[in-house]
Amino acid sequence: MLEVCLLAVIERNMSTNHRPDPEQLLRQLQAEEQFYRRGRLKIFLGYAGGVGKSFRMLDEARRRRARGEDMVVGAIQPKVSPEVDALLQRMQVIPQRIMDGVPTMDVEAILRRHPQVCVVDGLAYDNPPGSAHPKRWQDVEHLLSSGISVIATVNLQHIEERREQVEKITHKHVTETVPESFLRNADEIEIVDAPPDFCLQHGPDGLLPNGAGSATLSPQQLSELREIALLLAADVVDYQLEAYLARHGIEQLWGAHERILVYVSPYADAAKMIASGRRNADRFHGELFVAYVNWPDITPEEKTVLEGNLAQARAANARIEALDGEDQADTIMQFARSHGITQIFLVNELSNSWWDRIFGQPVEHLIRAAENIDVRVFPAEDAAHA
Amino acid sequence: MPESTHRGTLKIFLGYAAGVGKTYQMLDEAHKLKDEGVDIVLGYFEPHGRRDTIIKAEGLEILPRRKIEYRGAVFGETDVEAILRRRPQVCVIDEFAHTNVPGSQRNKRWEDVQVLLDAGIDVLTTMNVQHLESLNDQVWQFTGIRVRETIPDWVVKQADEVVMVDLPPQALLNRLLRGVVYTPEKARQAMENFFKESTLVALRELAIRQTAHEVDVRHPLEEETETAELVEGDHESLPSPRQRSSDRILILVTEDPSSAALIRRGRRVADYLQAECLAVCVLRDGSVHRIPESQREAVEKHMKFARNLHIEPSVLRGEDVAQTLVDFARLHKVTQIFIARPQQKKWSMVFGRGLVERVVRLAHDIQVTIVAERRR
Repeated sequence: MLEVCLLAVIERNMSTNHRPDPEQLLRQLQAEEQFYRRGRLKIFLGYAGGVGKSFRMLDEARRRRARGEDMVVGAIQPKVSPEVDALLQRMQVIPQRIMDGVPTMDVEAILRRHPQVCVVDGLAYDNPPGSAHPKRWQDVEHLLSSGISVIATVNLQHIEERREQVEKITHKHVTETVPESFLRNADEIEIVDAPPDFCLQHGPDGLLPNGAGSATLSPQQLSELREIALLLAADVVDYQLEAYLARHGIEQLWGAHERILVYVSPYADAAKMIASGRRNADRFHGELFVAYVNWPDITPEEKTVLEGNLAQARAANARIEALDGEDQADTIMQFARSHGITQIFLVNELSNSWWDRIFGQPVEHLIRAAENIDVRVFPAEDAAHA
Repeated sequence: MPESTHRGTLKIFLGYAAGVGKTYQMLDEAHKLKDEGVDIVLGYFEPHGRRDTIIKAEGLEILPRRKIEYRGAVFGETDVEAILRRRPQVCVIDEFAHTNVPGSQRNKRWEDVQVLLDAGIDVLTTMNVQHLESLNDQVWQFTGIRVRETIPDWVVKQADEVVMVDLPPQALLNRLLRGVVYTPEKARQAMENFFKESTLVALRELAIRQTAHEVDVRHPLEEETETAELVEGDHESLPSPRQRSSDRILILVTEDPSSAALIRRGRRVADYLQAECLAVCVLRDGSVHRIPESQREAVEKHMKFARNLHIEPSVLRGEDVAQTLVDFARLHKVTQIFIARPQQKKWSMVFGRGLVERVVRLAHDIQVTIVAERRR
């Protein structure tokens, strides 16, 4: 929706000498309708406290206010750095309500004031009992649906789906979380990145809920969190790209990451090839698929081999796909193309006549069809002597 | 000031397009360093007439550019000599991927930066992800634009720190509309070409993933080896201890234009797997001097390109390319051979007796990766 909105704006500004076509006008109308119906959400994502999210967000708020947008601050963290405080001095702040001794975002007051944009520093807070919503991100949802745009910050460790992964690194239990879908469905996310030593210098410990500041984390822990946050952001961007393309009816274009397809058969143990696929997918931060073709008549021994391969694939946490099709090479290629595969791994079973029986000119057939896709042929011995 | 014996540190601010705020963020850091008492200068500063950037540079020492005349016009390039004389602790050099005007001492700005680093000066610089050599084909696939100014991956790998400068594409397009990035006509042109939203989203994802990779290779990881489980037997010549996997990749360089993309891909995979990367070129007489000139030029160009990416190609003598390649691979404990996928029109000629098939058959104990040229 937001892109539509933007397109409309671009068209208004850039194409004044073009006559707008009806489709453009329709888009513009839809965009404007959308614009008034729901606020826009922008989230600043950081990997730890002290990375500079609050500063970046308030700096943006300052610039947007200078450009004439009606901005208020709805929630701020209990402790802020002097730089952030200096920015806050120049903003209208809606005082938080104290409930049960806990400062809580005053949603009613913000709704009454009804600014264009509300600044929410720290999405992951639990509201005290008796609040309209148990979670602050739900308050934000309320503001958005009332037509108020929100710019907000969140830290990696508060993303529900990444919590376990993060806790393994930090050994700190976090209870206040925001679902990843909330991040994915934001109109914009912006990564706030800085080297770990920056966080260590600037991270005021105790500033975050649960006291999960950066000062107690080592540079190595911070570095690992940083990588996870970047990969999370890449996934969100990838998701948004796909959503964008789907909405605009644009032919599928794949994101920037590697997608590895390991093709397994009932004729060779593929344990090593699958393990290699997993390692490669990890190194490239990509996805791993394991595919096989439904064979109509295979011997019990062959079935055992295939099932062994699939067990390996499950253990490697691969996406397993059963394919049906007359021509095996075509079937694999069709799947590969429709899933944006960038590398196909397969075993060259020269010792077995299976390839020649089924494929005629097997490997070549596949390689020939593999436009835009790399094919990695594994030696049969390698795979067989797992 | 005494000559430094330490090499300077390199920090790269990585973005995905003009206007995301790389220079601004770099200058912000420069101010912070200056406030901490660090002796810092702007060795090359390119504000592109952007007001915010110009204001941001106020209070920082800017060294004049070196004037170079070329075809009747005067260009300003980094004055490396002047920086060396001035000897700051830290030097800010904008636009790492820039190609110097002919007549400059060095071809590329990143080469200027090497000189500063060697002299013990720390450098802060900016670049966009699309300038990374190994991403050239992928970027072209996404954008239709063949980026000419590239930086070899090893140069970026040298950096002590890579920081992502992010801005959502919509915000970037808004900046463009407000005339913050370019003049109105140029902005309009840009939006019809490079600055299409889908292109920007894809480039951004590429930049984020690249930064994640740069972070990944810079924090200590557990030992992991690819071949340890893949190939039986002993390794007589293991890679240096710094290498974290015993993978070894061998690229077949030929006169075919597909060699460039093959080299880039092989290099990228090797870097991600932290593998060693070798290349060979097989010639009938074992010498580039006895082949037709057109072929020789192409082969030499590709070998030079490989060297530029820190891959030292060996020239082998052999009538039978596949056999010579595989023999070399076996001798050097190669775990993966990289060859190019023949182009469509050549298939009919080589079908059944093709190089690819022969290599796959001969290399029955080595993995073979057939790299497809990326098409749009």
